[in-house]
Amino acid sequence: MRLQYPTDVRVIQLPCSGRVDILHLLKAFEDGADGVYVAGCMEGDCHFLTGNYKARRKVEYVKKVLDSLGIEPERIEMYNMSSAEGPRFAQVANEFTERIRELGPSPVAADQAA
Amino acid sequence: MKAGSNLEKVLAAGHFAVTGELGPPQGNNAEEVRHKAGFLKGIVESVNITDNQTAVVRMSSWAACKILIDQGLEPNYQMVCRDRNRLALMSDILGATALGIKNVLCLSGDHQRFGSHPESKNVYDLDSVQLLAAFKKMRDEKKFLNEKDLDGAPEIFIGAASNPFADPFEFRVTRLAKKIAAGADFIQTQCIYNMDKFREFMKRAVDKGLHEKCAILAGVTPMKSVGMANYMAKFVPGMDVPAEVVKRLKGVDKKDQGAEGIKMAIEQIEEFKDMEGVAGVHVMAIEWEHRAKEIIEGAGLLPRPKVD
Amino acid sequence: MIVGDTKPLEEILAMIEGRPKVLVLGCRGCVTVCNVGGEKEVGILATALRIARKKNRQEPSIDEMTLERQCDPEYIEELAEVAENYDAIVSIACGVGPQFVAERYPGVAVFPGINTTFIGGALEHGVWAERCQSCGNCLVHNFGGLCPIARCSKSLMNGPCGGSAGGNCEISPDVPCVWDQIVKKMEAMGRLEELERVWPDKNWLTARDGGPRQRVREDLKQ
Repeated sequence: MRLQYPTDVRVIQLPCSGRVDILHLLKAFEDGADGVYVAGCMEGDCHFLTGNYKARRKVEYVKKVLDSLGIEPERIEMYNMSSAEGPRFAQVANEFTERIRELGPSPVAADQAA
Repeated sequence: MKAGSNLEKVLAAGHFAVTGELGPPQGNNAEEVRHKAGFLKGIVESVNITDNQTAVVRMSSWAACKILIDQGLEPNYQMVCRDRNRLALMSDILGATALGIKNVLCLSGDHQRFGSHPESKNVYDLDSVQLLAAFKKMRDEKKFLNEKDLDGAPEIFIGAASNPFADPFEFRVTRLAKKIAAGADFIQTQCIYNMDKFREFMKRAVDKGLHEKCAILAGVTPMKSVGMANYMAKFVPGMDVPAEVVKRLKGVDKKDQGAEGIKMAIEQIEEFKDMEGVAGVHVMAIEWEHRAKEIIEGAGLLPRPKVD
Repeated sequence: MIVGDTKPLEEILAMIEGRPKVLVLGCRGCVTVCNVGGEKEVGILATALRIARKKNRQEPSIDEMTLERQCDPEYIEELAEVAENYDAIVSIACGVGPQFVAERYPGVAVFPGINTTFIGGALEHGVWAERCQSCGNCLVHNFGGLCPIARCSKSLMNGPCGGSAGGNCEISPDVPCVWDQIVKKMEAMGRLEELERVWPDKNWLTARDGGPRQRVREDLKQ
């Protein structure tokens, strides 16, 4: 569809959002990411049945870790969308990027990032 | 006679017995104990003194019992297994009987999670059944749990509690039988509101002949208000408050609810007087001790018998 | 297995404050099985600690290592070359781990990174419950295979108490009344009569009440 979305967004593809690990999410922040979001299928439509539910819970777990480290839990988020919905993908990318722009750079020192 | 207490004598003579209850203050305010005791003098055979009831720290039961003795009343020393190990429990009954206490109740005790100091350590070295057995051994064999002889054995009339409304219902009579086998001379039940269930419980107890081995006293607590009824129905574990009870209280003006509650209590006692297997009633008018007389008198139970 | 719970990150950060080189040490035993102290959790904790350090503009310097177990000297020995290099070793094994490490490497500051809670098993993936109180005299066969010492809040041997309601313990509707379960189980097995037995006072000498315990197998000692 050639819709525009911010170049700040790095896409990492997984076979299912359920494959994402808490460790991956945390390492992204360790390595200097200002924000991380997980895009999974609509609830009830997961090809592997429960992958997206599990992904959501992992995102919740990481929110709590960030909070206890004094980092805004809003820097990580879970979104559900259909892979057929190009406009929704772009919309989420824009929305999340805007949220992170408002929060500013991650307090984790980027110059110390890997 | 096991202890020769007033309660024991009245029951042995075949009268319908009446006991009361009093909760000591959360402090050493002895006057408060005397004040409440005053309302119960002469209208009951003996008065239960609770032991850190609902796991809230209060003046120790044995001390409040002694205050009652000094006032000319007979106490029932309640002892819970939650706070003290077997050393302390045996030690306390020796001290209590040395001070003239004759009736004792062996209870598990409400878990400290809800009490005033939930962080405290849980004891439960013995459970209520094992405590009954320990006291029976001390009284009848004149020995400690370790088989060593006592230098002065306690003469006690031993009691326990029974809750016909806790689950599983079918097992409640079995548990009652266990307590009697372990050493209970008398039983006081949890306060009763569900008369149907209690009748069924008593029927089973009588079938097993338990009423002949042990005096069963039915528990009665007058409802002060609809609020109290709802609270007990929802928040007190092991309490069974039928909808009809709440409905009846709702049917009268707020200012008359207390009087209605007392009326209901009196009706219950009238039925207990004629119920097979019920040897008496335990009136728990907690924080309402000044209304106890009204209930006991209203049920035609005054004056109390004098037995030598 | 021995089950534990994570310690709050704030507590662990306070422990390693002012200690630059840190090792997070996991264990492939019980704590791996209950997902609190295995290799995966070492990674998560170490990453979280590095994030905290970077945020505070401190050297991250948090290493990761997981031993087979931390309750046997032969595995603790594997740290011999490296232990002294660290200003703090945060062990996320059960309470035995930090003690064994501290004893073997007295010059190193050792900290517990989890709170050991109970002996239990998994009810389903992600949920573990207490089953044993290590009283030292197992009698579960008398109670339909359930343990009243560990699973009754009051450890009653002649239960249930008067607070059992709707199959739940008086302390919380989330805690099942094990005595309710015992009665129903024994009834289903046709053994209800056995519960009429009065269980005499328990000998707590075999439990922790008798003092710290040891087990010795003479035939296995060196």
